[in-house]
Amino acid sequence: MEITVNHQPYSITGSCSVIQLLTAVLQIPESGIAVAVNQSVVSKSDWSAYHLQPGDQVMLIKATQGG
Amino acid sequence: MLTIADKVFSSRLFTGTGKFSSAEIMENALLASGSELVTVALKRVDLKAAEDDILSRLNYPQFNLLPNTSGVRNAKEAVFAAQMAREALETNWVKLEIHPDPKYLMPDPIETLKATEQLAKLGFIVLPYIHADPVLCKHLEDAGTAAVMPLGSPIGSNKGLKTIDFLEIIISQSNVPVIVDAGIGSPSDAAKAMEIGADAVLVNTAIAVSRDPVKMAEAFKIAVIAGRMAFEAQLGSINSYAVSSSPLTSFLDD
Repeated sequence: MEITVNHQPYSITGSCSVIQLLTAVLQIPESGIAVAVNQSVVSKSDWSAYHLQPGDQVMLIKATQGG
Repeated sequence: MLTIADKVFSSRLFTGTGKFSSAEIMENALLASGSELVTVALKRVDLKAAEDDILSRLNYPQFNLLPNTSGVRNAKEAVFAAQMAREALETNWVKLEIHPDPKYLMPDPIETLKATEQLAKLGFIVLPYIHADPVLCKHLEDAGTAAVMPLGSPIGSNKGLKTIDFLEIIISQSNVPVIVDAGIGSPSDAAKAMEIGADAVLVNTAIAVSRDPVKMAEAFKIAVIAGRMAFEAQLGSINSYAVSSSPLTSFLDD
């Protein structure tokens, strides 16, 4: 299925939870980030149970410098 | 001691993490400042480039993180940003800033009030960045704000306390802590804010862009302590005419 992550297209085969997206597909650290799918926050506690659907728009954010 | 929500602060200098020339200088300056509340912004994770992890530089027990909502344009986006920040940083504290106009970064009072109401209901500790508007401050209190953060002058301008008359009104009638944010350009500005009774100040640019941020951070630390001491000791009154500091000893004949 086709999804986007931070506006970039990704093609994923089979079922994919949020946690699988982070660890297997994107291979980024899980700490210090937040996830939204289609502009709705997905809590950490739901990362395993939440399965992505074709066309989902995933947003990943983290802290950066700011005042 | 300053208390906001249920947290007690021994330092009245809050600091931002923006504009430092390196992460190491930022870390050392924040440590030198004695600050216990440190702001961070949010950004999208860059999936193509390795990035410096700011959180590893802020991993000290004295640093409480205060994520901001910079970049949002209205209340709806601000609530979303606060919820994302809560997930990413595991804090329900948020510096609410809604300033859609990039030239002056003036905070939108209507959207800020709306967002404060919604975020307070969702259990957030809300610290809104606002213009020095005493009436808005009262509305924010009613909405459940934890503090108010009126500006001294535009963000990053280093112009100091251009709003001082209105800051004094806000301080005189506030039931929540008043943190002067934005525009503080020098330690003397910070000291002045504390002398008039501000509960704390938030400083970023003035420290970050100085030639020696670590030394400047310490200068701000001392200035904030001095200003607070002066407020507690109560300043003498201002007079239109001279008032002699020496007794009239009449040691010369007429």
